[in-house]
Amino acid sequence: MKKILILGAGTAGTIMANKLSQNLNHEEWQITIVDKHETHYYQPGFLFIPFDIYSRNDVVKPKRDYIPTSVEMILSSVEVIEPENNRVKLTDNRILGYDYLILATGSQIKPEETVGLKEGGWYKNIFEFYTPEGAVELQKFLKHWQGGRLVLNIIEMPIKCPVAPLEFLFLADWWFTEKGIRDKVDITFVTPLPGAFTKPRAAQILGSFLEKKNINLVAEYNTGSVDWENNKLVSFDEQEIEYDLLVTIPTNMGSDLIERSGMGDELNFVPTHKHTLQSKKYENVFVIGDATDLPSSKAGSVAHFQADVLMENFLRHIDGLPLLEDFDGHANCFIESGFGKGLLIDFNYDVEPLPGKFPLPGVGPFSLLQETKMNHWGKMMFRWVYWNLLLKGSELPIEAQMNMAGKMR
Amino acid sequence: MPVKEIAGIQVDFDDEGFMTNPDQWTKEVAQALAKEEGIGELTDGHWKVIDFMRNDFKEKGQPPTIRRINKVGGVPTKDLYTLFPKGPAKKAAKIAGLGKPQGCV
Repeated sequence: MKKILILGAGTAGTIMANKLSQNLNHEEWQITIVDKHETHYYQPGFLFIPFDIYSRNDVVKPKRDYIPTSVEMILSSVEVIEPENNRVKLTDNRILGYDYLILATGSQIKPEETVGLKEGGWYKNIFEFYTPEGAVELQKFLKHWQGGRLVLNIIEMPIKCPVAPLEFLFLADWWFTEKGIRDKVDITFVTPLPGAFTKPRAAQILGSFLEKKNINLVAEYNTGSVDWENNKLVSFDEQEIEYDLLVTIPTNMGSDLIERSGMGDELNFVPTHKHTLQSKKYENVFVIGDATDLPSSKAGSVAHFQADVLMENFLRHIDGLPLLEDFDGHANCFIESGFGKGLLIDFNYDVEPLPGKFPLPGVGPFSLLQETKMNHWGKMMFRWVYWNLLLKGSELPIEAQMNMAGKMR
Repeated sequence: MPVKEIAGIQVDFDDEGFMTNPDQWTKEVAQALAKEEGIGELTDGHWKVIDFMRNDFKEKGQPPTIRRINKVGGVPTKDLYTLFPKGPAKKAAKIAGLGKPQGCV
């Protein structure tokens, strides 16, 4: 019996467990997945918690429900990966050997990387919404906040879901308007990027949204520390920005396990072949989702597209065939823009987000880089798609590779 | 593609002023570029960063990030901002003759 081991049962790991189970002969292959947490979070839902659109209960399900019964699931943390010996040591000293390893260990926020961030102001007037705890704490704070200076800052790139900070700002604008206190809230977006987003065309369009919604933009700002006693950000070149409420996107890093195992870069992301998803160092190790060091977005849609490529390449590798260079960096993201509307972007390594219709050229129903009600409904419906189709590795009507049809240069 | 003569060498640049051919780089070119960037005479501190960046580029194929210059190159981020004010990753990459850091996604 050959063994394939998946580390991490988040979005990417769960999809792979399902796909492998569907595609491999169970008499020849034993599939095992390891995760330390029992609960699967619908992470795109975190954004809605501070604004009381979702509660914590709306974004959680037991992981077990999404792992096929043919896959062995082990609930444990991992002490270390020993890729030279093809084995993994769990924290209870159990050893798991493997023929193939899939790393789906994700990324996490590291507020402690920034001086002053996770200190006296933490969860008092400094919040994050990348964890369920943070999102819930922020919801409690916002409920009673009477207004003031709201600053949202991105500490450094890359971050999981690079559109989430913008969505938070758009929703904040809507929410304070609904509450009748928008005139009492000054909203500022502080980013190390040169503009509102990472890609020029989208940065321009999203930048005009910020302007329209009266949200200030401070670009190319690198937060060096937070002076939480005096409520201000201090950049590495000593520029200060005052806040009353700071919503921060802390440094994102790969799992500590990757660092302990000596398999990561300076952010604990695993060096990965950009088009095949094979580890750059170990032939029998594949990497998927947020755990990679790839210049693609860290997002569930990306993990989903990668899973198609990884599955194909895994089957080729066990049959001794060369790997296909099929992953093109494809990402597809709804952007909630407030007041019941949304945008959609679809892009890859080489093609930046462009306007058009999606998925059917000229028809839609979704519009690319334009604000529509339909896009908002797409975003809200996506939670159902996530739990019922995406995690289970079902076919979705979108190809893994980005398609130019329907897009306009 | 703009071509400029610097320190007696024909040097190719992209539209944003980043060198497109790292082989055309010399220490004299770096010094000239540093002056254009308003940095003036390059000190040992600058050279430590530039040398690290060029070596790292040879190994990795892309200009290192601020975090990498700190963690792997051993240069505190604060110092980096003093040496190359306003956007050290970009500025130092420019002087080190490397392409524009791809930033992120």
